[in-house]
Amino acid sequence: MTTQTPSKLEKILAAGHLAVTSEVGPPRGSNPKHIEEKGRLIKDYVDAINITDNQTSVTRMCSLAACIRLKLMGMEPVLQMVTRDRNRIALQSDILGAASFDIHNILCLSGDHQSFGDCPTGQNVHDIDSIQLIQTVRHMRDDGKFLGGADIDRPPRMFVGAAENPFADPFEIRVPRLAKKIAAGVEFIQTQCIFNLDKFELWVKLARERGLTEKVHILAGVTPLKSVGMARYMKNRVPGMDVPDDVIKRMAGTPKEKQPEEGLTICVETIERLKSLAGVHGFHVMAIEWEEKVSEIVKRAGLYPRPAVES
Amino acid sequence: MIVADRKPIEEIIQQVEAHRNVLILGCNECVTVCEAGGKKEVGILASALRMYFINNGKDMRIDEITLERQCDHEYLEEIRDRIDRYDAVVSLACGVGVQFMAEKYLSKPVYPGVNTCFLGVTEKRGLWTERCQACGQCILANTAGICPISRCAKRILNGPCGGSTKGKCEVNKDLDCAWQLIVDRLKSLGRMDDYEKLFSIKDWSTDRAGGPRKVVREDVQI
Repeated sequence: MTTQTPSKLEKILAAGHLAVTSEVGPPRGSNPKHIEEKGRLIKDYVDAINITDNQTSVTRMCSLAACIRLKLMGMEPVLQMVTRDRNRIALQSDILGAASFDIHNILCLSGDHQSFGDCPTGQNVHDIDSIQLIQTVRHMRDDGKFLGGADIDRPPRMFVGAAENPFADPFEIRVPRLAKKIAAGVEFIQTQCIFNLDKFELWVKLARERGLTEKVHILAGVTPLKSVGMARYMKNRVPGMDVPDDVIKRMAGTPKEKQPEEGLTICVETIERLKSLAGVHGFHVMAIEWEEKVSEIVKRAGLYPRPAVES
Repeated sequence: MIVADRKPIEEIIQQVEAHRNVLILGCNECVTVCEAGGKKEVGILASALRMYFINNGKDMRIDEITLERQCDHEYLEEIRDRIDRYDAVVSLACGVGVQFMAEKYLSKPVYPGVNTCFLGVTEKRGLWTERCQACGQCILANTAGICPISRCAKRILNGPCGGSTKGKCEVNKDLDCAWQLIVDRLKSLGRMDDYEKLFSIKDWSTDRAGGPRKVVREDVQI
């Protein structure tokens, strides 16, 4: 399978390996140590590391700067970019900035609404949406042009990703929306955290029946639960999150001190079950403020060591 | 219509207390329909202010007038012969009326008596909701007659986002997800195939992004 970019993630997927990605949230300050430590902790267990972009609309160190830090340490960052905070000038400009450091992966998102974060009285931008951001990056990369039509000197060479939430409503358009993202030019998808496996498998099946899984690499999103409290919070408070009652029951039925272990086991079981699902090409491990457990999850799920690819 | 909501009376008191002769100026159009700035609200506000100033021992004259509109020259001209009787005007028109009043009577302080909120509808008495953001290039033909620019919190043109849950928006469980409404209506129209058409990047130059806008119709100018 040919590749379009120098992205290590793209190469691993093109070679037919199950890819593993994870993510790191930048700090609420300018100290680079946190991001570097988190990166070091997981780098040998994943193929690429997403850096979130002011997730949940809470102001943090910018994704681009954090990506550059990881890149300079020899890691493979995925630049998450939301359309909430930047207009088309700023988006294209940041893409070029990332490209100048040879950041080869981007994840195009709309972003959580700012009312969830620390600046609820702020404006949002939404000049373009996440699907149009996919189009923008592909246009810049493949046509070598700005949206305004001018030529780009040394166009970005980015493997283009997006998120997809099979659990959001209405369910019936979740596969058509994936088709729209593919039509816009997306090359890999990282999904919302999967706890409802039956629904996820149905979504992949419907995508497969439309031939979509041949056109895009789907990385299944998994998150280890730390406690039953976290499970309940995600079920009740996080928009678009589907945590079935049997998962809550299983966590609640576990003694408190053993709940983190149980959460990790559920996560590993999820990966084990989905590994053989046709159409799933890898996993995106979102260990929220629990990065030290990524290595254990990856090892226990039989995804270690990570494949080597020529750079 | 333009939907407005009443300002807290404390804010209006603060604006007018330095004056002695104040005109409360209502508008008979949109703000009357949304019960924020019509003749009735002018009367209520004027009475409340009179009571407040009497109770506080301040001699204050407060008059009431409601014009047919405050966004047209001819109606605003109706008060030209009386305007000098007042030190200040509290306009209960939308922000358009307040500004046209200020432009016309340059030396007269004009204070807004309402907060202008949005372009919307009366869902039922006492409930008004937004429908349009006047982007200047209507896309409703392509969105089953439901506007994602005004009704999606992220104005997503290729929605819904991942936060849509049980037909509601991630921002607020009382808020309908615009894209759920669009999908429901596309289904009713038998046009679900249209859902997969990609919406290209929008030209916002006709929106506020392009600066203050104007519509020029030479064919109807006199």
